[in-house]
Amino acid sequence: MTTSELSLSVRDLACERGGRLVFEGLSFSLGHSEALVLTGPNGAGKSSLLRQLAGLLDVTQGEIELSGGDPERTIGEQAHYVGHLDALKPSMSVVETIEFWRSFLGSIPQGAETALEALGLAHLADLPVAYLSAGQRRRLSLARLIAVPRPIWLLDEPTVALDAASVARLVALMKGHLGHGGMIVAATHLDLGLDGARQLRLGAGVAV
Amino acid sequence: MADMNRISAAQRFHAYANPARFMALSARLLAPLWGLSLLVVGAGLWFALFDSPPDYQQGETVRIMYVHVPAAWLAMFGYSVMAVASAAGLVFRHPLSDLCAKSAAPIGAAFTFLALLTGSLWGKPMWGTWWEWDARMTSVLILFFLYLGYIALWATIEEPARAARAAAVLALVGAINIPIIRYSVVWWNTLHQPASVFRMDGPTIAPAMLLPLALMGIGLTLLFVALLLVRMRAEVMRRRVRNLRLAQAASAGEA
Amino acid sequence: MMRAFLALLARDLRLAVRLGGGGGMAVFFFLVVIALLPLGIGPDRELLARVAPGMLWVALLLAALLTLDRLFQADYEDGSLDLLSMGSLPLELVVVAKALGHWLTTGLPLVVVTPLLGVLLNLPGEAYAPLILAMLIGTPALSFLGAIGAALTVGVRRGGLLASLLVLPFYVPVLIFGTGAANAASGGFSGEAGQQSLILLAAVALSSLVLGPLGGAAALRANLR
Repeated sequence: MTTSELSLSVRDLACERGGRLVFEGLSFSLGHSEALVLTGPNGAGKSSLLRQLAGLLDVTQGEIELSGGDPERTIGEQAHYVGHLDALKPSMSVVETIEFWRSFLGSIPQGAETALEALGLAHLADLPVAYLSAGQRRRLSLARLIAVPRPIWLLDEPTVALDAASVARLVALMKGHLGHGGMIVAATHLDLGLDGARQLRLGAGVAV
Repeated sequence: MADMNRISAAQRFHAYANPARFMALSARLLAPLWGLSLLVVGAGLWFALFDSPPDYQQGETVRIMYVHVPAAWLAMFGYSVMAVASAAGLVFRHPLSDLCAKSAAPIGAAFTFLALLTGSLWGKPMWGTWWEWDARMTSVLILFFLYLGYIALWATIEEPARAARAAAVLALVGAINIPIIRYSVVWWNTLHQPASVFRMDGPTIAPAMLLPLALMGIGLTLLFVALLLVRMRAEVMRRRVRNLRLAQAASAGEA
Repeated sequence: MMRAFLALLARDLRLAVRLGGGGGMAVFFFLVVIALLPLGIGPDRELLARVAPGMLWVALLLAALLTLDRLFQADYEDGSLDLLSMGSLPLELVVVAKALGHWLTTGLPLVVVTPLLGVLLNLPGEAYAPLILAMLIGTPALSFLGAIGAALTVGVRRGGLLASLLVLPFYVPVLIFGTGAANAASGGFSGEAGQQSLILLAAVALSSLVLGPLGGAAALRANLR
């Protein structure tokens, strides 16, 4: 990945949902190999901020700028967004799901097996998603981070439904991603133990 | 003494309801059943096509009847099997009756379609049209819809136990409704019935025609049962696969 | 980009086949509506023949509408729609892939069973070819225009009913020109009237191929962001 000089800067960002101002005047910047952990009470706008970064939510005011990425592509096209919903189809098999993401999200050669093994799903490859437990679905959803390499990971409570072993696996993957020059913005209640991760507390009216 | 007998009968009943027993028994029954049904259908077809007289009114067209009448019979028979099995499934809650009802539906639907098709083929030379909205054809068409609805309901609900209960309720409501539908269709039809339409239920059936008709009826019923067993076996195996896969998903949870 | 488009189309077709829902259900609905018609207006063959093309079109239209609400709703509910808008494929082409998938799994099967239903309604023999041709030309318009309604109501409770109400007026030209082609043939008018309807129908269909994706993508953006 040529992401060494990637940097994301957010200036004076505001978000309005249903006529309510969720946050305003939010500014921060994030360089390559850096992680930002969003914290704050419910309704502070963690999910909204992630969706704004992914281009899934309109920016009411302010701007989000990415430099050093692919100028032909939007931020959303260079980012993974893992939200509360798993975006899985019960009647598709695990491996079909990965293969669909790889061809749809613009694939760089890397076998579906790598992604499945990274999340410990290899033995479930042929099973329909309908048979998976909540934690397995979550892991499959996260497998997309590995299946399709993209420099920016936007994770909204990625550890929900995961057991301790899976959380450790996810943290290892996140560290690996940062090691390769990637960038992570994650909203989480759990201390993931990412060394040097910066914190952004929303809802306190202060942006760090 | 009588009580003893009843208990043992009930025990035997439950023994057959056990899927493993069912698999063993049906495996032994299938080959003779196939042989017998093909033999009887073959004989019936021979008499129907070559060794029976043409009708004095319908000519050679009457030979379609030898398929049409048994198919119409099996259309109703299939729904009865479904309804009885559904009732048993609701009351006794053993899995084989659900399987039986589910497996009977597509076979019954196929015979219903065959009845419609042969009726239509017969109608062309008789009525001069492929389709006439007479009471029988219309009723069979609506029966076909009931089958399709039942199959669609099974296909839509993923959880088998829930699907079985819902489908059983539908089958029973359908069974109660069929006479009402039938009556209303006949009533509707007599309102519009042009007198000239030929009725296919003639006053009597010549004995020479009765033999092939009976053979075809019995042969196709045997075929129905054979197909039903095949489908039920397939269904038992499908559930085993499903359970194995669920177990696989569960066991790999910690890995 | 082509690869992403085909991947999405293949996924939708696969889901449609596995779930057995949409298309099969629409065909079933089509069948039942057509079978109910003679029960309502009587089995008079002349009368049925006269109303057959129009009724077949109306029933087909309703059957196609019935499946529209799932077009984006299913992807919206499970979060797939977020993912679909983060690919390199423009949202317009996402709508094209979804609408094309809808046509292949719903519109096309409906056209395929139409001859069978024509028999039930005593459709005049000379009307079959023009009617089927008109349906082949017109049904893609139903999917593509329908995509706008489906996109407008995505995430709306009871959106299915609303989508139908929004989209039905858009279907008026398809109905008029589609029935026109078959009626011209069975009514014994000159071939010219039928040809004219077919050309106008094709024009409507082609414009919907452009309007549908643009409107659908705009509606999705307006609704989701």
